Amino acid sequence: MTSAQIEIQLIACIVAVACAIPGTFLVLRRMAMISDAISHSILPGIVVGFFLTEDLNSPWLILLAAFSGIITVVLVEYIQKTGLVKEDTAIGLVFPSMFSIGVILIAKNAGDVHLDVDAVLLGELAFAPFDRLIINGMDVGPKSLWVIGTILLLTLTLLITFFKELKISTFDTQLAATLGFSPVIIHYGLMTVASVTTVGAFDAVGAILVVALMIAPPAMAYLLIKDLKRMLVLSAVFGIIGALLGYWVAHWLDASIAGSITTVLGVLFFFIYLLAPNSGLISVLYRQRRQKVEVHLLTFLLHLQNHTEKSERHINHLYEHINWHKVKAQSVLDLALKNNMITIEDSIISLTEKGETFTSEAINYIITNKSAAIEEMKDRFFLFRG
Amino acid sequence: MSVQEYFSLVVTDYTLRTITLGTAILGIVCGMLGSFAVLRKQSLLGDAISHAALPGIVIAFLISGAKNSNMLLIGALVSGLVGTFWISGIVKKTHLKSDTALGLILSLFFGFGMLLLTFVQKMPNAQQAGLDKYLFGQAATLVESDVWLMAIVMGVSLLVLLLFWKEFKVQHFDPDYSKSLGFNTRFLDVIMTTLIVLAIVIGLQTVGVVLMSAMLLAPAAAARQWTNNLGIMIFLAAVFGALSGIFGTAISATSNNLSTGPLIVLVAAVFVVISFVFSPGRGLLFREIRHWKNRNDLQLHKTLHFMYEIAKTHEDISHPHKVKILNNFQGYTRNSLKNLEDREYITVDGAMWSLTQKGYNKAMNLYNQQENSYD
Repeated sequence: MTSAQIEIQLIACIVAVACAIPGTFLVLRRMAMISDAISHSILPGIVVGFFLTEDLNSPWLILLAAFSGIITVVLVEYIQKTGLVKEDTAIGLVFPSMFSIGVILIAKNAGDVHLDVDAVLLGELAFAPFDRLIINGMDVGPKSLWVIGTILLLTLTLLITFFKELKISTFDTQLAATLGFSPVIIHYGLMTVASVTTVGAFDAVGAILVVALMIAPPAMAYLLIKDLKRMLVLSAVFGIIGALLGYWVAHWLDASIAGSITTVLGVLFFFIYLLAPNSGLISVLYRQRRQKVEVHLLTFLLHLQNHTEKSERHINHLYEHINWHKVKAQSVLDLALKNNMITIEDSIISLTEKGETFTSEAINYIITNKSAAIEEMKDRFFLFRG
Repeated sequence: MSVQEYFSLVVTDYTLRTITLGTAILGIVCGMLGSFAVLRKQSLLGDAISHAALPGIVIAFLISGAKNSNMLLIGALVSGLVGTFWISGIVKKTHLKSDTALGLILSLFFGFGMLLLTFVQKMPNAQQAGLDKYLFGQAATLVESDVWLMAIVMGVSLLVLLLFWKEFKVQHFDPDYSKSLGFNTRFLDVIMTTLIVLAIVIGLQTVGVVLMSAMLLAPAAAARQWTNNLGIMIFLAAVFGALSGIFGTAISATSNNLSTGPLIVLVAAVFVVISFVFSPGRGLLFREIRHWKNRNDLQLHKTLHFMYEIAKTHEDISHPHKVKILNNFQGYTRNSLKNLEDREYITVDGAMWSLTQKGYNKAMNLYNQQENSYD
């Protein structure tokens, strides 16, 4: 590996971690789309900052751009508060307008600005090592490394200092307010960090990758884990995996680094979406199917309990009476037999003692509106699940 | 270029006429379908879909090898639909919320598109440059066949809306009722989503990925402020959309170096701001005026009630009192006194005031909820 390669990977990893931290809170607070809005609406700030400083890595430009991100948040909130449109509509109205202003500002001054909308949106990580920071004639590393490194340090300091406040205000705004943390300050603090991170990272990786790094790793972590601290760590880990793997895929394919990092994140997300133990698609579908069969079973047992007369309990009669297909009826019947809830004699089905207790308890829970308790009951009674 | 020159150019110049017509039709389509997107609380779906269309465009380009506009549109449509259904899959089957799902699909699809784009850029194919316009939109590249396509999409969506008008209406305002009536809600959902994706896809070439969501939302959000009737709202949204397209194109044509897409969006944004402020029913201006009026009325009533409390102690309710005793009372001003006099609740004679019978009755029933005391 050359030193440029190491630097690129380092920058990518730091950006990934710096994005994962505010991203986790955005995802938990249901404000993920705000990151997209910010990433687009920093454009006018960048353009104005660039007129003034002529340097894409100047701290002033970053502050100005972050400020225009915050203006977006304030505007969205103001429009939402008027009650004229919903929050998502407000977001969808504000950021394209800001972006348009940015594009027009660039076009108006096309002659003297070496600034490309493509560059802002897409970024090019491969060029990041060429822009060096030189202090007293000494080369101390790429500029963007210093910029994003500083931002990460700041974010980490804020996270550790205000972890409790952030946690409480994320999960219980009212409790936070009664405890005396101002939700408004925490909200805008988070928005400021998100804006600054976006601005610090766009130059290296582009606005879209910032959005991907803010949303995808926390979303993956959220599918796997429900603990905030572990979720933060896991999102950072996913971000780093995406960054490193993405870099080498790009290297191997000779393609855009930002694009391939996003693609790697996408593939990772796809697998976690399918396979996550409790919240993944497959396990959700499996659980839904099982619940469906078990509800059928319960209906069936209730039917049996209600009818003592033999004619109502004849196998063939049941097919007609509950109006099930043969296959479905057979599977429910098998499940009940396996769990020792029924016995069949001469095609007449009757409840066993166990089936009797199970059904009575279940109906008791249902009529007292405690249906949730049935899940726990199933664990006690079932030898085999549906 | 002056305004007259511009108008004569619209009539004579083929390119300008095509572009103006194209953006106007696009505005109409987006306004109509955007109304539903706004009402379904799917405002940001447009943003997600327009980004999600990119990989489809690039794959279509890689497969067909040529910049055949229709092939690219089909690619965009397919990948936009895949994105949309994946979003609804994520929302329905996992505990991730819709904003996360939208952001995920938006960024992941777009990033994948960018990855594919680098392969296109390596191809020794001169036509590849045309792909860029889908990112940022270039109305100038519209040709007559594009406009025809837009017109066809407009016709189809209009037809579908008219055919399923009742169903859409019920479904958007009361989905449960619609289900209980036996409408196939899933089918209606798929139709509406497909139409919205279609509108976004045909708009990409004109205004680009980023601005497409505003194109869809802004006319509808503006129209929503003026009416509570769905039909009128859709009509107004179409008008606002068309006007945004026409004005945006006009401004861009008369001042060089400005791209059309951002201008159309800004014109639409101006419509939104005007509607937010000036619409009579919901607008901020009239709301402020109403608040101000109510506040004034409240103060007037407080003063009147205070006078009533004084007058009550006298046998003759019209017994004159000094104005001075009101001095320390909050809400009393010279103006409010005059206002009360104008309404014939009191009569003022020099430094004395006295309650009239009308004012007395009014004050007596002021806090009586049964009596309708608005005036």
